[in-house]
Amino acid sequence: MKVTVAITRRPEIADPQGTTVRRALHDLGFAEVDTVRFDRLLTLEVDGSDSETIRQRVEEMCERLLANPVLEDFVVEVDR
Amino acid sequence: MGAATDLVWHAESSLAAFDAVVLPGGFAHGDYLRTGAIAALSPIMAAVAGMAQAGRPVLGICNGFQVLCEAGLLPGALIANRDLAFICRSIEVAVVDSGSMLTAGLEPGEVLRLPLNSYEGNYVDPSEIGRVVLSYREDPNGSQNAAAAIANAAGNVVGIMPHPERASAEWLGSVDGNRLLDSFLKAAAA
Repeated sequence: MKVTVAITRRPEIADPQGTTVRRALHDLGFAEVDTVRFDRLLTLEVDGSDSETIRQRVEEMCERLLANPVLEDFVVEVDR
Repeated sequence: MGAATDLVWHAESSLAAFDAVVLPGGFAHGDYLRTGAIAALSPIMAAVAGMAQAGRPVLGICNGFQVLCEAGLLPGALIANRDLAFICRSIEVAVVDSGSMLTAGLEPGEVLRLPLNSYEGNYVDPSEIGRVVLSYREDPNGSQNAAAAIANAAGNVVGIMPHPERASAEWLGSVDGNRLLDSFLKAAAA
């Protein structure tokens, strides 16, 4: 089954790349852009058929390795 | 510096023969995922954690500092430098706290000149638990509280972003790193 994991940096943690790109968008006239964040999207192919079990396992993967709880939050989505 | 040393491969599992351990700098596992994240899972890290628990000196330099944070042996994390540039130059740090094994031989306020060579040297610690033991005199990378070195509560585990081992001979431009390494070796011998 296909699983996507969105790993986002907590709002209070600086993202200098996002700040720079936001400034460039403003320079181009896209003044409506309030924030740009460089987050990460991981896509996994996982064996199994029970999406709830897969979700729990992938959330455990996030807690133990894929995300750093000091900096990041995560959202797991399992394709139905 | 007169101490007997040996290299330990990351796949080994015991540090029983050692009084102290240094996790050196570098780019373990290509900094993939997050810097230090994969190395923190190395088999040897259980023994490093055991040494930390037992109160033995555990020193992480540069990438080693990042590994100690990822392993949960130090609070906080290291992210990309504020200006998104690799910093490779000599900087000055001041001793903030001489209660760690690395700074025990120095007085608060003393200034040391050390080389800094890192891209992800920007220390963040939302918990504010980390003890800043050395701080940059001029913030080079955005680190919280200008932290250049952090200790755990007990002071036996220290992560340092600049390189004391590269400030260990006059021909390297500074011998100030030896002051820190002397403290480390004294703690190792205690």
